[in-house]
Amino acid sequence: MQRRIIGSGCLALGLGLGLGLTACSGSSSGGNTSGGNATIKVAYQQFGEGKVMANFLAGVKTEFEKANPGKKIQLLPLVASENDYYTKLALMLRSPSTTPDVVYEDTFLINSDIKASYLKPLDSYLAKWPAWGQFVDTAKGAAKAADGKTYGVPDGTDTRGLWYNKHIFAKAGLPANWQPKTWVDVLTAARQIKAKVPGVTPLNIYASKAAGEATSMQGFEMLLYGTPNQLYDAKSSKWVVGSKGFLDALGMVKTVFGEKLTPSPQDATDANLGNTISQQWLPQDKIGIALDGSWVNNTWQSTGPKPWPQWSSVMGEAAMPTQNGEAPGKVSLSGGWTWAISNKSANADLAWKFISELQTEKNAANYAVAGTQIAVRKDVAADPTYLKANSETPVFTDVVKVTQYRPAYPEYPQISNQIQVAMESVMTGQQTPKQAQQVYDEAVKGIVGPDKTTTQ
Amino acid sequence: MTTAPPAKLKRAVGQGAPLGPAAVLLLVFLFGPILWSVYAAFTNASLSGAGAAASHFVGLANFKKAFAADGFYNSVVLTLVFTLISAIIGQNALGLMLALWMRKSLRFVRALGGAVVIGAWVLPEVVAGYLWYAFLAKDGSLNHVLSGLGLGTQDWLFSLPIVAVSIANIWRGTAFSMLVYSAALSDIPLEIEEAAQVDGASGWRRLVSITLPMIRRSIMTNLMLITLQTLSVFGLIFTMTRGGPGTKSQTLPLYMYEQAFSFGNLGYGTAIAIMLLLVGAVFSLIYLRALDVDTR
Repeated sequence: MQRRIIGSGCLALGLGLGLGLTACSGSSSGGNTSGGNATIKVAYQQFGEGKVMANFLAGVKTEFEKANPGKKIQLLPLVASENDYYTKLALMLRSPSTTPDVVYEDTFLINSDIKASYLKPLDSYLAKWPAWGQFVDTAKGAAKAADGKTYGVPDGTDTRGLWYNKHIFAKAGLPANWQPKTWVDVLTAARQIKAKVPGVTPLNIYASKAAGEATSMQGFEMLLYGTPNQLYDAKSSKWVVGSKGFLDALGMVKTVFGEKLTPSPQDATDANLGNTISQQWLPQDKIGIALDGSWVNNTWQSTGPKPWPQWSSVMGEAAMPTQNGEAPGKVSLSGGWTWAISNKSANADLAWKFISELQTEKNAANYAVAGTQIAVRKDVAADPTYLKANSETPVFTDVVKVTQYRPAYPEYPQISNQIQVAMESVMTGQQTPKQAQQVYDEAVKGIVGPDKTTTQ
Repeated sequence: MTTAPPAKLKRAVGQGAPLGPAAVLLLVFLFGPILWSVYAAFTNASLSGAGAAASHFVGLANFKKAFAADGFYNSVVLTLVFTLISAIIGQNALGLMLALWMRKSLRFVRALGGAVVIGAWVLPEVVAGYLWYAFLAKDGSLNHVLSGLGLGTQDWLFSLPIVAVSIANIWRGTAFSMLVYSAALSDIPLEIEEAAQVDGASGWRRLVSITLPMIRRSIMTNLMLITLQTLSVFGLIFTMTRGGPGTKSQTLPLYMYEQAFSFGNLGYGTAIAIMLLLVGAVFSLIYLRALDVDTR
């Protein structure tokens, strides 16, 4: 009897574990098939209150269905935080029965998904598409894989820098026209806010695993690329390990969290932090400085989740300085998203038709304005409404001159995960920057192979 | 070996036939995925990248990777700590105490106590996790009470996350042990205890020398069940801390989830799952051994 109970206990545990993993990962059956009928499923991320993309797509859907009688667009908002979105999307793309036709892919992930054969090359469509000539070269290259084919149509790009609240700066005795020259200048301002304006969070730098790519890009890389080091050495085509810049960037994180210049650890590890900052803390004068993206002000537009007409007078913008003011003095990173077609889509031609509808000059300009994007098309960049919207954030537009791109190779998403692990372990004090760097270095060697790393 | 007589075979087929569909379903939907996950543990299957297009056999690479990873050891230790604190000590001892207390108390008190404890057991894991999060969080109810009493505040979810989730698991799981022990205790004939009392044995003496030895098989069975149950706790911890901050409450199931789904390494994640199974097997063997010695 005892043996039998024990045996069944083991079996139950085994079943639970086995099922837990495989239920979601196997080629699942079920779900409605899209084969044959003329419905195009469009998958995109939606998290929190932001409805900019939802509203934009709803408009284009109506337009498209009217122009193409009998064809239907089914919008599939994946309500999930950033990392969960990629996971869910990858799971859906694995099977023809669950795959969306049109997917919204971040440029940092697209090479990984291309390598997974999830996406369809678009070259035959692009060759016949006049608007493709309007795209700037960097944008054309954003979704070009190692095989020379292009898999995605970018709908904009972005830059990164510092947003600061002038109300709080006035109380702290800081200038309304602020431009730090070094990391120390940023720290000094944050310390001054902490000392003079109690109850206000001086500074945010994303550093949690929950914030996903925001931690890697807005947080870590904005620091690292302001040092003489980078993640990837293009000359030798190898990933950099053991660099001083990496250590210094983590050291900066340790300093700001150690001195409590940042949100409390519980807030900082919340997946919702980004929305909380843009929708609550900045408009309510609760955070001094936010190292974030150029798109943050789409939150405050009349179409955004938290309309705030006064934002342009309250919010200041500054370029993120390099570590010690090294040339060119400021640093920015650019990413962006693309529209792609699933390799398993049964209606690729119609899916393409929808993408080209999303990318008419008018629609592309609408989205660039509503989503406060930086245009990647010459015709959109010359559009008067876009120019007017863009002039409200001169600093974020200006750093386009110095902006850099992530090494978006297929291995990058995995390396980015390791950056997030390092950031959170330093933020929580679980590891010193040195220890976290060692763990990162080992992990990178495991991901790309020891012969593909360099100490620069 | 002789072949079965035709009549007997016919009967066997006749009796077994109704089980057929169920057996097929089990094979396809339970054993199929399990076999797949064992296989996947030896491949580089992943959610994106090269491993998603064509996963291939990589031998023991996933296991070697685990044994070289600090994160894996961290999770093993945390899993053992979590199991020890919350199941073997917490749920087990508290469940026994409650069962002893309820045996002695009035019927009305027993009903009330039972309802409260079982209430925690009935709650879904995620609800229980959320309740504890709301209780222990920075702006949670516990801190309001503490600061109301002028006692300062706590931040266990941040400073002692593994203890926080252990307490929650004790709270949630004690009812199971209590029920097992209540049933076992009701099997002890009152005469034996009365005889011991007449002989002058103290309450403690009666517990150690009579009650515990008489329910030892139930103790082992209970330990076995709650250990296996606690090893695979996921929802409670995920809701309360997501395994964090950092990896300070990342037990094996959470490590497995993060590797498989957040980081997309399905092969590695399933390898971890298999090792978790092995940890459960080790515990099972220990208890089994204890029972064997005991019955000899």
